[in-house]
Parts: sequence; C-alpha cells; structure tokens
Amino acid sequence: MTSAHNDKHDHATTAHEGEGDHDGAAHGSLRGYLTGFVLAAILTAVPFWLVMERPLDSAQATAFIVVGFAAVQILVHMIFFLHMDPRSEGGWTFMALIFTVIVLVIAVSGTLWVMYHMNTNMMPVHEMDGS
Amino acid sequence: MSAMPDIPRTSFHLEEEPHPPEGGSTMLGFWVYLMSDCLIFAILFATYGVLGGNYAAGPAPSDLFELELVAINTTFLLVSSITFGFAMLSMMQDRLRSTLIWLAVTGAFGIGFLGIELYEFLHLIHIGAGPQRSGFLSAFFLLVGTHGLHVFFGVIWLVTLMVQVTQRGLIGANRRRLMCLSMFWHFLDVIWIGVFTFVYLLGMLQ
Repeated sequence: MTSAHNDKHDHATTAHEGEGDHDGAAHGSLRGYLTGFVLAAILTAVPFWLVMERPLDSAQATAFIVVGFAAVQILVHMIFFLHMDPRSEGGWTFMALIFTVIVLVIAVSGTLWVMYHMNTNMMPVHEMDGS
Repeated sequence: MSAMPDIPRTSFHLEEEPHPPEGGSTMLGFWVYLMSDCLIFAILFATYGVLGGNYAAGPAPSDLFELELVAINTTFLLVSSITFGFAMLSMMQDRLRSTLIWLAVTGAFGIGFLGIELYEFLHLIHIGAGPQRSGFLSAFFLLVGTHGLHVFFGVIWLVTLMVQVTQRGLIGANRRRLMCLSMFWHFLDVIWIGVFTFVYLLGMLQ
C-alpha cells in the first residue's frame, strides 16, 4: 500500500511541475501520523492524570514530571506532525527553528530572571508603613 | 579616459534573475512566519510567567480552572491534528472527497474547541474573574485568548480552503495552501501543549 501511494504521489508531483515537493518539506505517512497520535495521547493523558488524581504527594515532583512530558510531547509533534528533520528545505527550516529556540530561551528566561529580581528588590509597601 | 578592461558582464552578476518554480519557497517562508508567531507566544508565556502569581487578592488558578473541560479541549485539538493529517494523506493520494471530509471533521473539532474555550471565558467573566480582575487573569486571557484567536482564524482559513478545493480541485496552488494550513494547525497544537502544561496543570498544582 505504501509503495503504491508513493508512486501515485510521484506521479502527482511530476504532473504539477515544479512544486518542489521532493527536496522540500517532508510529508507524513499514515503510520507516522498514527505513531505520533498514540504517543501524543499518552504524553497528554499521563500529566492530566498526575494532576487530577495526584498519585504523587509532592507538588514539585509532579510539576517536574508534567513539564518533562510536555517537552517530550512538543518533540513528538515536531517530528510526527510537523515533519521536522534537519534536511528538509536544505536545512533552512531547522536553522530557523534553532534560531527561534535560542531567542525564545533568552526572552523567556531573561524576562523571568529580571522580573523576579525586580520584584524581590522593590521595597514592599507594608515595610514602608511600618517605619 | 582609458578604456575599462573588457570583463564580461556575467562574471559580476547574473544575466537574469533566477526563476525558482512558483511556490518553491512558500513552505520555508511560511515556516519562518510560524517561527515569528512562536516568538509572540514566547513573550506571552513570559508575561504570564511574570504576572501569573499576582492574584490581587482575587481568585487563584485552582479556584477557577476546571481540568475536565481543559482535558476535553486538549483531546479536541489533538484529534483535530490527526484528522488534518488524514486530510493531507488523502490529498497526497488525490482523493478529493475524502480530503474534504477530513477537513470538515478537523474544522468541527476546531469549532468544538472554540466553543468550550468561549464557554470557559464567559463563565470566568460571569463570576467576576474577567481580564481586569488581576494581573494573573489579564495575562491568562491574553495568552489563552491569543491562542484561541489563532484557532479561530485557522477555522476561517480551513473553510476558505474547503470552498477553493471544491471549486478548483486539488491543484498545485491548493495543495500548497493546504500544506501551509496543516503546518499552522499542528503548530497551534504545539502551542496548546505549552498552555495546558504551564497555565492549567501547573496552575492547579500551586
């Protein structure tokens, strides 16, 4: 079934000349989508279960696991649904992604860091009242 | 005036502009748009991270959020992701009818998602936890609302493409547009992972 589907796709691509599909963005297969869906469903269900049923006493441990599951799920979506791979479009999509992740990490961590310290270094109102 | 040495023009520049095939760079261009959109969400997440704890003596996340609703919403968006995948697979096999059917199913899940989100927002505003209540709620409505707005425009785009595919069939231009929308849709699902994790699940743990 897969090879027939590929043949048909090849045919379609040549028919619509110059779509640039071949060396362009990768397409998924049925198996890829289903694998991604099952993984994503598990990676979604477990954090919800952890928070709704609270099998772990420690909120901090639960939070760490939940964030870990989210990170893995983002990777799963990237690979199986968005078909990211370092070679599509001659590597440019991957470069754009890496650049975005770097800017994202700087923006988010920088904001939280600066604003947290701003917050703790501000003179609290109630202490001013006390003096 | 001494004559310039005779260097052929072509050694400096191309005789003609290169002509890449039409739409050849669309996917990369759209990816760059998605990445810039990702930065918008990064800033909104950062804003939520800063303001998320400022309740102004108002309700906290655990007083407001109903995880059952969020779980249903998450399921809707996740299922709509795979139904869009099925639409793309049908498109690749040149099956017009099944492409349209899967697109319609995807759109229905998108509308279901929006309906539940709208209900949640209206409920929050109704009980006095609107965006002007506290810094936490301002940031919450901004972040989740922006994501919802993206889904809304995605649904409009999806309906538009369904009309176009019905009228013109699965021509090259429509295939390209569907591929862009598919990336947009999957991208929104990725953003939603961040929303339900950092806003809802971690909010309930506080």
